[in-house]
Amino acid sequence: MELSRTNHNQTEKARISKKGNTIMVKKLLSQVKEYKADSIKTPLAMVLEVLMETLIPYLMASMIDKGVEAGNLPYIFRIGALMLVLAAVGLWAGIMGGKYGARASMGFGKNLRQAMYENIQTFSFANIDKFSTAGLVTRLTTDVTNIQNAYQMILRMCVRAPISLVCAMVMAFLINARVASIYLIAVILLACVLSVMIRITMKYFSEVFTKYDDLNASVQENITAQRVVKAFVREDYEIDKFHKASGNIYKMFVKAENMIVLNMPLMQFTVYTCIMLISWVGAKMIIQNALTTGELMSLLTYCTNILMNLMMLSMVFVMITMSMASAKRIVEVLDEKPSLSNPEKPDYEVTDGSVRFDNVTFRYNEGSENPVLDHVNLDIAAGETIGILGGTGSSKTTLVNLISRLYDVSEGAVYVGGKDVRAYDMETLRNEVSVVLQKNVLFSGTILENLRWGDENATEEECIRACRLACADEFIERMPDKYNTYIEQGGSNVSGGQKQRLCIARALLKKPKILILDDSTSAVDTATDARIRKAFATEIPNTTKIIIAQRISSVQDADRIVVLDNGRIDGVGTHEELLKVNDIYREVYEAQTGGSGDFDENGGEGNV
Amino acid sequence: MSENTQAKPVKVGGPGRGRVMGPRPKLENPGKILSRIMGYVMKFYTPHIFVVVICIVGSVLANVQGTLFLRTLIDDYITPMIGQATPDFGPLLHAISRVALFYLLGVACAYTQARTMVYVTQGTMQRMRNDLFAHMSKLPIRYFDTHTHGDIMSIYTNDIDTMRQMISQSMPQMLNSTITVVSVLISMIRLNVPLTVITLVMVGVMMFTAGKVVGKSGKYFQVQQEALGKVNGFIEERMEGQKVVKVFCHEEKSIEEFKELNEQLFDSAYNANKFANMMGPINAQLGNLSYVIIACVGGALALGKVGGFTLGGLASFLTFNKSFNMPIMQISNQLNSIVMALAGGKRIFDLLDEKPEADEGYVMLVNAKKENGRLVECQERTGLWAWKHTHQADGSVDYVELQGEVVFDGVDFGYTDEKMVLHDVKMFAKPGQKIAFVGSTGAGKTTITNLINRFYDIQDGKIRYDGINVNKIKKADLRRSLGIVLQETNLFTATVKENIRFGKLDATDEEIIAAAKLANADGFIRQLPDGYDTVLTGNGANLSQGQRQLLAIARAAVADPPVLILDEATSSIDTRTEKIVQDGMDKLMSGRTTFVIAHRLSTVKNSDCIMVLEQGRVIERGTHEELIDQKGKYYQLYTGNAITE
Repeated sequence: MELSRTNHNQTEKARISKKGNTIMVKKLLSQVKEYKADSIKTPLAMVLEVLMETLIPYLMASMIDKGVEAGNLPYIFRIGALMLVLAAVGLWAGIMGGKYGARASMGFGKNLRQAMYENIQTFSFANIDKFSTAGLVTRLTTDVTNIQNAYQMILRMCVRAPISLVCAMVMAFLINARVASIYLIAVILLACVLSVMIRITMKYFSEVFTKYDDLNASVQENITAQRVVKAFVREDYEIDKFHKASGNIYKMFVKAENMIVLNMPLMQFTVYTCIMLISWVGAKMIIQNALTTGELMSLLTYCTNILMNLMMLSMVFVMITMSMASAKRIVEVLDEKPSLSNPEKPDYEVTDGSVRFDNVTFRYNEGSENPVLDHVNLDIAAGETIGILGGTGSSKTTLVNLISRLYDVSEGAVYVGGKDVRAYDMETLRNEVSVVLQKNVLFSGTILENLRWGDENATEEECIRACRLACADEFIERMPDKYNTYIEQGGSNVSGGQKQRLCIARALLKKPKILILDDSTSAVDTATDARIRKAFATEIPNTTKIIIAQRISSVQDADRIVVLDNGRIDGVGTHEELLKVNDIYREVYEAQTGGSGDFDENGGEGNV
Repeated sequence: MSENTQAKPVKVGGPGRGRVMGPRPKLENPGKILSRIMGYVMKFYTPHIFVVVICIVGSVLANVQGTLFLRTLIDDYITPMIGQATPDFGPLLHAISRVALFYLLGVACAYTQARTMVYVTQGTMQRMRNDLFAHMSKLPIRYFDTHTHGDIMSIYTNDIDTMRQMISQSMPQMLNSTITVVSVLISMIRLNVPLTVITLVMVGVMMFTAGKVVGKSGKYFQVQQEALGKVNGFIEERMEGQKVVKVFCHEEKSIEEFKELNEQLFDSAYNANKFANMMGPINAQLGNLSYVIIACVGGALALGKVGGFTLGGLASFLTFNKSFNMPIMQISNQLNSIVMALAGGKRIFDLLDEKPEADEGYVMLVNAKKENGRLVECQERTGLWAWKHTHQADGSVDYVELQGEVVFDGVDFGYTDEKMVLHDVKMFAKPGQKIAFVGSTGAGKTTITNLINRFYDIQDGKIRYDGINVNKIKKADLRRSLGIVLQETNLFTATVKENIRFGKLDATDEEIIAAAKLANADGFIRQLPDGYDTVLTGNGANLSQGQRQLLAIARAAVADPPVLILDEATSSIDTRTEKIVQDGMDKLMSGRTTFVIAHRLSTVKNSDCIMVLEQGRVIERGTHEELIDQKGKYYQLYTGNAITE
């Protein structure tokens, strides 16, 4: 939502960079692909329909002039039949136009969605961080819908309206150039006024939409913060705030819309003025025998036609400009280049689970001064269990994310199995280094389906074994459908601890050489947490295990514990060693056990 | 002109605003909703609507006048002048200026109508938004539990939008078209009845075909809705879990799955739009067909001199035929958007009809001071609070000092009557005591605190606050006496200062800074670009989870309530930082009854009473030492020594 808000402000900028817009539109249009033929056929069909539509009034006029007025019944029948033929052609063209238009635009939308989705799949973690989740969702849904509707409008109207305008104009000039020139003047005048109006309206609207988005954002905020509002008894305060904001929106909308409502009367005024002028000039010409009555009638029919089309054009133009914001957001995703890529001759084999950090420095942004990791050196042998401890913001997660090359180091190198991670095929590397993320998600589907993310071909027995290792089997067995229990979107029907255990089981199914748990048992009670770790030690002894935790108990029995502080390694050693030499470790330990510790925490057996 | 000119509005920005809509399941009582919407509009804008109706009639008449003028122009002015040696243009000029006057009036009417409608539409929107928001704020928490945030948001965006469409466009258009249809129909009947019948039959054919096509496209629109829902759901879930997709190298499979759903969406969207697009051309050409038939039949009638029908009459009739079909088409175009608006209106009114949080409480919280050992109500803030208890029987008033004693007596509670979450909970918190709740997720810890401030009402048992049944206390006063820091921190789009001030609206800057210092938030706030005036957006997106919790603590601190509820208030603050915050927390808690939910021992251990909850029951209670000695569940959780179940 935030992104959409800022984008409204960019309408100003967009106007300046006309060139950028052309590139952007080209980029978008490259996604039309297999619907190119439909995209060309649509306007062609529309042109045919317009031609029929222009001819029919002409025939109607002659039907009245030469048929009805003259009482010539056969002529009426003849023209009637001709009209029917034209109408049939028009019908066919119209239907085809509708069909091709629908296919072209919906296909275009489909391709855009697919292209964006596919590109997002190539995103690295750094790319994903750049766009917010909500931002990506909006781009894939609302923005694509906007563009595909605008595309349909353009295909069907953009050609149709000018052609229709030109046709009507040509017909008018064919009938009588002198009278028709009145139209030309009117059209030019009206076009000028309209373009000025569009400009002002656009400005107003981009302002009002920004505010409107803000208003909706504040509603959203209030919905989520409902408990806080109620707890502090601030309902009236919030209502007041909202009333002020909505009053403001009201004023802005009224201002913007008052501009728009000028359109219709202005248009009517022009039409009526034309009718008056043409009646006057036409009447004089008829009397001078320079014009017939029938011709005058036709001229007047074309009058509305011409001006309606002009109106339509202005509307299409407004819509195109308005959908530019969506276009921009879509192109941003399409243009995003993944910040990581496979090496040219990738390595497809990870020999063992050893990890080495060689003077690693890492920054999330190239430009930022303070590195997140600062000259980190660390050697982890295959099969070792390593605990990582440190306060919030000490870069624990960042450190482990470098192992499976979710980010690339800024300086130095990370080695897995003795080779630089940048030398591996990324998929191979990530299959061997299994990470249980801190912010983890399950997907809607059965438990088995979720587990098989780890290994597509895992048998049910293998899945059950993984769950047993992760201590997930106990609650799964208690569920009515056991392993076929359906997990709702976002895993809303399992508790936090259950979710974490399922995520661990899923990661285990990969049978990785290195297993990383990033604070993955925080919602699991201490006893279960201990059981999981015990199972790891006995069942997968050869897997390198790296465990990030807040609780000392989770890392205490690791082979070695790494204490991180502000992106630097503050100490490495066993529990006992660190207690002796490391201040931070001791402090955390004491905080968690001695006087005031962590509740669902193994407080260190000897200390209770 | 005959083309379906009704533009699909392209909207910019905002999630979900571009939701494609198709016909929805049948509404139960469309008439009732329509009249309710009308009532809503008329309540404040009756004079405006009156003006609008007059203006619409005015512009329709001006238009008809124009159509008629064309004939009189030729028949009465031009034709007689042809062949005259010295034609007198005076009468013509006169006639033209008279018509010009009508036209001018028509333009003025159109402008007035459009302009007035802006006020009506935007004003109604504003009122609706305000009413929705005000009503929503008064709804019980239960409502937010049972409705997704997305659905509620969609009322403010999509449904309000359909209302705008209906009020500003569909309604005037319908009115305009109806008036036109009626006046043209009358003129047609007066000219020739058989031809009118033919025209009506053709209109019937048009409606029938339109109905068929709409039905077909409607069917596909429904399929499209479903497909779109699936695609959107998939996108949401996968974007949320994109990092997991990366970690599991699931990209290829993910693309395949998406492709399939995307293809389904295309199929239905294509078909739905294809049929919708056919409407325009079909109607236009059927209109032409109608014209030709009338011309032929009418020609035959006129030439056969049946019923005194003349050629001039036929010419007029043909003009009417054309101007009859158009408004009919417009009406059918508007019908769909009206149906959609009614569905939107239903959802709006559903929210407005939700029962607000009931409050039968009458005991109020007032400032008090002691005079001769007796409590006396006063206006100024004394730091001493009293419950003002007006006895309903005789109207006499009692004052009870607010001390913060909370008693649970055999409380049963369930979010639904079928499934109880708490069973027979007993608790006794003396003023100034610290009570802690521990237990695994889902044991009912948070639920208990939600009962103290009456977010939910209990099924059985009693909760007393300073000896008063909480049901008798006005909810606002009850909640004002309770400070709360929730597990999930919610900040507002406002400055840091305003966010803290949320706790006490009249807090001075000094009080705010003092509260921030107490919560140990002062340090990081000063490092923000604008210090206390830094604007937070997106729930404090630019702050860490821990920093947000510190702000929430400061917010509760500035409110200075006698009773505190801390629900995992420090869960996201790391142990080292928590130690620093702890001092502030201790200061905050001293002298106040405090309910603490925490999984960290540091916050729990020095409590006066620790209650261990399991599956909604209190299974152990006592001080830390007592519970350790008991060697029960608490001991087990605390030491991590698993006792196999």
